[in-house]
Amino acid sequence: MKTRHAATEPGPVFRIGLALLLFAITAGLALALLAEPVAPGVAGQVEAALGDSGAKNHVTAVLLNFRGYDTLLELAVLTSALVGVWALGVAPDIKETTPSPVLLGMNSVLIPLAPLFCAYLLWAGASRPGGAFQAGAVLAAAAVLYNISCRRPELRLPSAPLRPGIVIGLGVFIATGFGVMGGGRAFMEYPAGLAGGLILLIETAATLSIALILASLFVGGRPEGEP
Amino acid sequence: MSEWLAGAPWMMLAIMLPLSGALVAFLLPRHSALVGLGASLLTACAALVVMLQVAADGRQAYRLGGWPAPLGIELVADGLSVLMLAMTAVVGVAVSVYARVYLADSPDKVRRFWPLWLFLWAALNALFQAGDAFNLYVTLELMGLSAVALVALSGSGPALWGAMRYLLVSLLGSLSYLVGVALLYHAYGTLDLALLSERADGGLQLAVPLGAMIAGLLLKTGLFPFHVWLPPAHGSARAPVSALLSGLVVKASFYLLLRLWFTFTPEGQGVPLLLGSLGAAAIFWGSIQALRQKRLKLLVAYSTVAQLGYLFIAFPLAELEPALAWSGSVYLALSHAMAKGAMFLAAGSIMTQGGHDEIDELDRVVERMPLTLAAFALAGISLAGLPPSGGFVGKWMLLQAAMTQGSWFWALVIIVGGLLTATYVFRVLGFAFTKSPHEHERHDVPATMEWTALVLALGAVLLGFAAPWALPLLEGVLP
Amino acid sequence: MSSGILFACGGLGLLAIGIWALVLRAHLIRKVLAINVMGSGAFLLLVGAGSMGEAGVDPVPQAMVITGIVVAISATALALALVLRLANATGKPALPEDRERDLMDSEER
Repeated sequence: MKTRHAATEPGPVFRIGLALLLFAITAGLALALLAEPVAPGVAGQVEAALGDSGAKNHVTAVLLNFRGYDTLLELAVLTSALVGVWALGVAPDIKETTPSPVLLGMNSVLIPLAPLFCAYLLWAGASRPGGAFQAGAVLAAAAVLYNISCRRPELRLPSAPLRPGIVIGLGVFIATGFGVMGGGRAFMEYPAGLAGGLILLIETAATLSIALILASLFVGGRPEGEP
Repeated sequence: MSEWLAGAPWMMLAIMLPLSGALVAFLLPRHSALVGLGASLLTACAALVVMLQVAADGRQAYRLGGWPAPLGIELVADGLSVLMLAMTAVVGVAVSVYARVYLADSPDKVRRFWPLWLFLWAALNALFQAGDAFNLYVTLELMGLSAVALVALSGSGPALWGAMRYLLVSLLGSLSYLVGVALLYHAYGTLDLALLSERADGGLQLAVPLGAMIAGLLLKTGLFPFHVWLPPAHGSARAPVSALLSGLVVKASFYLLLRLWFTFTPEGQGVPLLLGSLGAAAIFWGSIQALRQKRLKLLVAYSTVAQLGYLFIAFPLAELEPALAWSGSVYLALSHAMAKGAMFLAAGSIMTQGGHDEIDELDRVVERMPLTLAAFALAGISLAGLPPSGGFVGKWMLLQAAMTQGSWFWALVIIVGGLLTATYVFRVLGFAFTKSPHEHERHDVPATMEWTALVLALGAVLLGFAAPWALPLLEGVLP
Repeated sequence: MSSGILFACGGLGLLAIGIWALVLRAHLIRKVLAINVMGSGAFLLLVGAGSMGEAGVDPVPQAMVITGIVVAISATALALALVLRLANATGKPALPEDRERDLMDSEER
């Protein structure tokens, strides 16, 4: 599609000006980056508190426990994006073409493996790199592969389970946060012995929601018949 | 019972109630209006309780997850935060009540509006209470995405353009802020604002990240000349959404700007002078553009550009008169939120009644909907800064700050800006009294819509009387 | 020190490239891509700067990047859906100039 307008093409003076400006900005940022002294981060404190966090992996401990509130809001961002995309209208039709044999062959291997890989990533997240987002993304990728293969049986998923699946991640996160509050504990202050189990519960629900949301975002609109 | 209520973590509830409400409203699309209104009222109550607590006991903090900063994230509410929370509660409830009636005839929109609006409210309350630089980034993004989706809700071509432009600007602004956060953490090893304020000692390591963050927030606030995205987005959205965007969302990024300024108290006179000059330019440019508009909602949107300029006049004046200048600016932000909210709601009623919002074609609106016109006029009084409105208190304090240090230029800008405001408000009122040459369709406007706008506008005018109670809250917050 | 500084400076470069494309390219998909390039730059800066200290790798910037990636993917998805609707509604995947917008605005009504 040709949409070139003579008026929208900025001239060389503008380009040179922009280049100089960007050079100045980058140089300024680099100077601040290289400036001394540099303070140590909170890595030491994370290390010290790791035992009480319910996770053996540092990043997971930060994501789900120490800074779990950030992750909760991050899930809210993801959910609100989906609500926003659904608000734009019904999903556009995908042009049906004959899928290439490579795609179909790949699908028959990758799609059955995806749930397994997802479960591993989710489980491994406690002690190694991994976790809910990675696991959910793998599952969503399988759904996307399935979606573009155009070999879909008439599988009209009813709308009812989709909505609960989308909100369950954030819902369980908030509910757990409130649930642990008895006995003078703060919101999301997991009791030491239960922390590991609660984090796994939250991550499992979040994985499901993340996978569903990412797959639905790919579709680009709400399913037909969705109220 | 009352002890339990007083001990409840209201700061956290003010965020989690709207968030849970958004989920429930999304889950039960057929009951979303009921769920949404209920969640709105609960959220407003939580916010007001936080304000009472801060008014009684001073600054409050809440450790999420029980971890102290810098390892964990703390919510912090001080006088500035609770004024913003209260502003959001008042405008939010009014918009909720209005939207329930306004959207009643398009059930499709109702189901989309409530979850998005509650996400937005959660983001606003989270932003006003955040004590952590990175957490602020997440709240900024939650706010930006839900606001963009709300603009696009109306579905028309101009609204989609407005939403797209708004989204790009908003993302650029957030990324700029994020770069600043990355450099701050690199230099000082913490994200907690209170600790950062202790450790930051000026120099390049502070100036560069602070510059990046401020630039990003200016973009999001829509200060001249970064305002080009604002009128299309605010002018093309549905009326309740416009009220939220103009009243609350731009204030949130301005609040964050103030918060950073108060946290780091940068030295030097260049940047404040630049911000003030841009503010003055915004006042003139926005007012002149408002005078030239043919459509009512665009006029009100350009008026937002102009009024945002006033908020920045405080930066150069704060050099010698910090307390007066900052209080004036904050008070102007509060009263602008209520007045502009009321104005957009009134514009929405006028549009519903006549089916259009051409200013020249306003057909004897005064006879048909006197309440709505009264709301518009009262909101205009507050915007123009006539006594006893909240706008008057804010502008008077700025003017006093300018006079005591003999800055006649800024005093002149404030006065002339007020005159320009009055001019474009009267331009609308003039057409509302006359008969239009063309015949227009007429629709009935539910009384709830008219009354909500009027109550909000009355609030903006009466806000002037609340100043002796509200301004002491700011003591200890201002630098 | 070592590789962290390289990553961080690479991130700064990506940021500049992203802004360049965001300003100069009219096609909306390219603008969305530019925002994503900028996002990658910011994330690279975060992890790079986080591993520059002597204390070893700091987990907090890594957690921030994971959060940032989720936020970025949400924003990208919303932006792409908007581009799609815009292209459907107006027939072109670019933002109109102001004058053009005014014209189309009055046509519509």
